[in-house]
Amino acid sequence: MNGLSRETLTLNMGPQHPSTHGVLRLVLELEGETVRKCLPVIGYLHTGIEKQMETRTYLQNVTLVDRIEYVASYLEEMAFYQAVERLMDVEVPPRARYIRVLMCELNRIASHLVYLGSACLDLNLSSIFMYCFADRERFLDLSEMVSGQRMMPGYLRIGGVAADLPAEFFSAARAFLDDIPRRVDEYERLLNDNLIWRERTQGIAPLAREDAIALGATGPVLRGSGVAHDIRKLLPYGGYEEFVFDVPTEPAGDAYARYRVRMEEMRQSRGIAQQALEGLPDGPVITADPKVALPPRSDLARSMEAVIHQFKLVSEGVHPPVGDSYVATESARGEKGYFVVSDGSNRPARVHVRAPSFYNLQTLPVMVENRPLADVVVAIASIDIILGDVDR
Amino acid sequence: MDIAPILDRLRPHVPWGLTTPKQERGRAILFASAGVLIEVLQAARRHLALDSLVDLTCWDRLPAAPRYEVVYLLGQAAGADRLTVKVQIEDERPRLSTATGIYAGAAWPEREVFDMFGIVFEGHPDLRRILMPEEWEGHPLRRDYALTEEAVEFKGHTPKVPSEIIPFFPPRSAAGSGGDPPPVPG
Repeated sequence: MNGLSRETLTLNMGPQHPSTHGVLRLVLELEGETVRKCLPVIGYLHTGIEKQMETRTYLQNVTLVDRIEYVASYLEEMAFYQAVERLMDVEVPPRARYIRVLMCELNRIASHLVYLGSACLDLNLSSIFMYCFADRERFLDLSEMVSGQRMMPGYLRIGGVAADLPAEFFSAARAFLDDIPRRVDEYERLLNDNLIWRERTQGIAPLAREDAIALGATGPVLRGSGVAHDIRKLLPYGGYEEFVFDVPTEPAGDAYARYRVRMEEMRQSRGIAQQALEGLPDGPVITADPKVALPPRSDLARSMEAVIHQFKLVSEGVHPPVGDSYVATESARGEKGYFVVSDGSNRPARVHVRAPSFYNLQTLPVMVENRPLADVVVAIASIDIILGDVDR
Repeated sequence: MDIAPILDRLRPHVPWGLTTPKQERGRAILFASAGVLIEVLQAARRHLALDSLVDLTCWDRLPAAPRYEVVYLLGQAAGADRLTVKVQIEDERPRLSTATGIYAGAAWPEREVFDMFGIVFEGHPDLRRILMPEEWEGHPLRRDYALTEEAVEFKGHTPKVPSEIIPFFPPRSAAGSGGDPPPVPG
């Protein structure tokens, strides 16, 4: 080899590259086609959400929370309210717990469909992208029925949910859940025996079990490296201990393993959602504590007390006791938790989001270094980052 | 879930006098002084098998002293054990030893805490800003860092210069609704 061939080339990938799934920038040092060093540069989508949350009341903050992991907003709201409810020691009625679990699991399916669609699109399998987004559309319709919004639902409330499920939701949700196993099977048939998909994912972007744990990876990335780590099982929250499901793992630690984990998770989520839908208890959908939840609309005409509570909550909001709380939850991408500090006022003194995408992205250099440049695209897709979650 | 044993199991391995255990809202919390932080993290990793750093963050306690509280959340892969370690440090040249030698995953969150609060992690392999641009001045999540409006280049838009929309105002009383209204600029 002569001296010239050992020269490295610095390549700037992103922040507008379509395969970076948002505004992620990578500085890659290349030796020929091989990536010698990968340096992710993040922050292009940083909007100071944590700082903004300090200036809004707990009730207003849901608007910001929804925008962090924007393809999994129900899961995001769940995480935020778990922390606030722990801080305030609020009891959530059973029906509300079931509705929350139901919406979260439907959202998890939709989020994994976005992963699958965009991961396939990166490898030019664009018909699967279309199928996945058509299926996801059905979840967005369900979300619209429930909350009035397709994305950014703002559906959860402290101590429950904003409104009960509408009558037309049940048949639509059942039809969606009935179709999911068939659709997932179909995607697997299209991909498992697809030479391009197998060659471009199997053995690509490997992440050893030890590296995954050491770098703080969670969710499908960690489970794809053979660690059965699922917060819903290990530290149940929000009523997950009442549901039966498995935690799929794959030992291989490559992009294909992560794909397999997510496919199986869609089936498991469908099972949980079905259990929640069929076992839905009767009762209120929000706590009756007037210091926490708005009184029913009908009470406002009759009860002065209800009017006062309504006024206090709308104008001022809630005042959690002084202290901090953190509740781990399992989002579609891994452990999502809110570290909320209260100084006793109606606005949090500090909110920190434990963002799974932030920690998962930290494993990217391990996955791509000393491997071909073309694998970088596959690696990013297999981590399934949401830049809103990375940069907050 | 019983969280007492985890603190008891840690007790023989750390200088207990320099730490304060606490159990709160289902979490086992250990307050450590900055000097013994690394020792505590090492002991947790070695003797409690807490092999992953789940989260690392900080908050500004202003006007209380010491000003900053750095929070380490340690967890276990495929296990349910959790331990929160808190360290309080002073305002003057805030610094701590890096945890990257024990938990490699501390690299990015330490950069974030440095970026947002200006806490220097000594021995960190690559301590640069992570979310804010490199040439940014100040540390945005400090409580005395005011939210400001950025001038936008729309016709007819007059930025509210000096542009402090929500400046820092004194902490609200527990009974109060939301503190004093922001002072009128100019």
